[in-house]
Amino acid sequence: MSPNHRELHVTVNGTAYQSRVEPRLLLSDYLRHELALTGTHVGCEHGVCGACTVLFDGQPVRSCLMFAVQTDGHEIQTVEGISAGPEQLHPLQDAFWTTHALQCGFCTPGFLMTLLPYLETHSHPTADEVRQAISGNLCRCTGYQHIVEAVLLAAERTRQSSPESG
Amino acid sequence: MKPPPFDYIAPETLAEALEAARQAGSDAKFLAGGQSLVPAMNFRITQPVLLIDLNRIPDLDYIRRDDGAGLRLGAMTRQRRLELDPLVAAEAPLLAEAVPFIAHPQIRNRGTLGGSLAHADPASELPVIALALDARLRLVSTEGERWVEAKDFFQGMFTTALAPEEMLVEVLLPPMPKRSGSAFLEFSRRRGDYALMGVAAIVRLDEKGACAEARLVFLNAGDGPLPAPQAAGILTGRKIDARTAEAAAAHAAEKEIEPLGNLHASPSFQRHLAKVLGRRAILAAAQRAA
Repeated sequence: MSPNHRELHVTVNGTAYQSRVEPRLLLSDYLRHELALTGTHVGCEHGVCGACTVLFDGQPVRSCLMFAVQTDGHEIQTVEGISAGPEQLHPLQDAFWTTHALQCGFCTPGFLMTLLPYLETHSHPTADEVRQAISGNLCRCTGYQHIVEAVLLAAERTRQSSPESG
Repeated sequence: MKPPPFDYIAPETLAEALEAARQAGSDAKFLAGGQSLVPAMNFRITQPVLLIDLNRIPDLDYIRRDDGAGLRLGAMTRQRRLELDPLVAAEAPLLAEAVPFIAHPQIRNRGTLGGSLAHADPASELPVIALALDARLRLVSTEGERWVEAKDFFQGMFTTALAPEEMLVEVLLPPMPKRSGSAFLEFSRRRGDYALMGVAAIVRLDEKGACAEARLVFLNAGDGPLPAPQAAGILTGRKIDARTAEAAAAHAAEKEIEPLGNLHASPSFQRHLAKVLGRRAILAAAQRAA
């Protein structure tokens, strides 16, 4: 192993990992190649498409614009960590499924990771606000219409299930 | 698209970072938010030998009002924080208005104030705001510190007054004078794209409601944030209305800016946008000053 490798302690989806990484290893490649968490997709690799969006200490970031070594001591959440198990969809995933908000699905993990924290702080978004919230994520299949519908549906269902927070 | 190998340090004090920069000189790059640097490294457009990560240095991320001096902003303050901070909204409304136009929320969660200023992209918002607000920038190195005015800091495309071993650590925004107002507008094809044209306007009115002083700075209109002092002079001493705003904006658009054109906008379309956005921004700033 090259002397240029660095020790990395990072928590991903609640699991603590210890790795040795080259400084140049992008966070997106670390998640996919080292941890085999291939739900994080890699599209443009220069911060434009949003497919690689993950949560860094709870906030959405482009994992292709961070080096894995920078996450030492921090927490990452990926799309693999958002539902309770493989047979259960997160309510936002379920809303995507209901409204046909994905076709090829390549962009979907990035959309989900962008929208999870957004919906926590925006319980009554309008369609225009949703379009702004997803402006950093590209989808080449759906034309976005059904994605906007999914977000509105997820917000509505969340309000119904916890009316006191609405 | 992966960067070539490089050495990496993440110092926990400013002194360590500056010492590393002194030793490495132009072989080193500071890593702030990385939202411009990392794509450039992924493309191998830039290939630093050493990356000095500033993200583990405490005390470079702050927003403080310093009575008399103005608003002090740490260089590592994230753009997202600037966007949401009530003190910024109250003390530097022009900054608060411009920040949401910077790319997307995911980018603003990482991107920093100092990183964007030091990068000095002529199409970026923060250099325009710094110039419009007469920001003062504190640069430090192992040799000491110096303060540089925004007008002297930006020296051309991706070029600033920073020496290789120097770091931008603080931005000081002087308080807005009384009876002044500001506005920021830009036009892009999609929300978050690089703007084809943008403008910041500041207007200060005298006691009779005429323009005492104006400031116009354009974005993506030359090889840096581009001021239009002659257009601002057209406004001085006059009542600002649709006609005077149109005259000033037209002068700036036709005589002062130097748009380079790009894939999505010819220089003449950029001049058209500058005229329309300039007029609207002047009127909005004047209205807010009243």
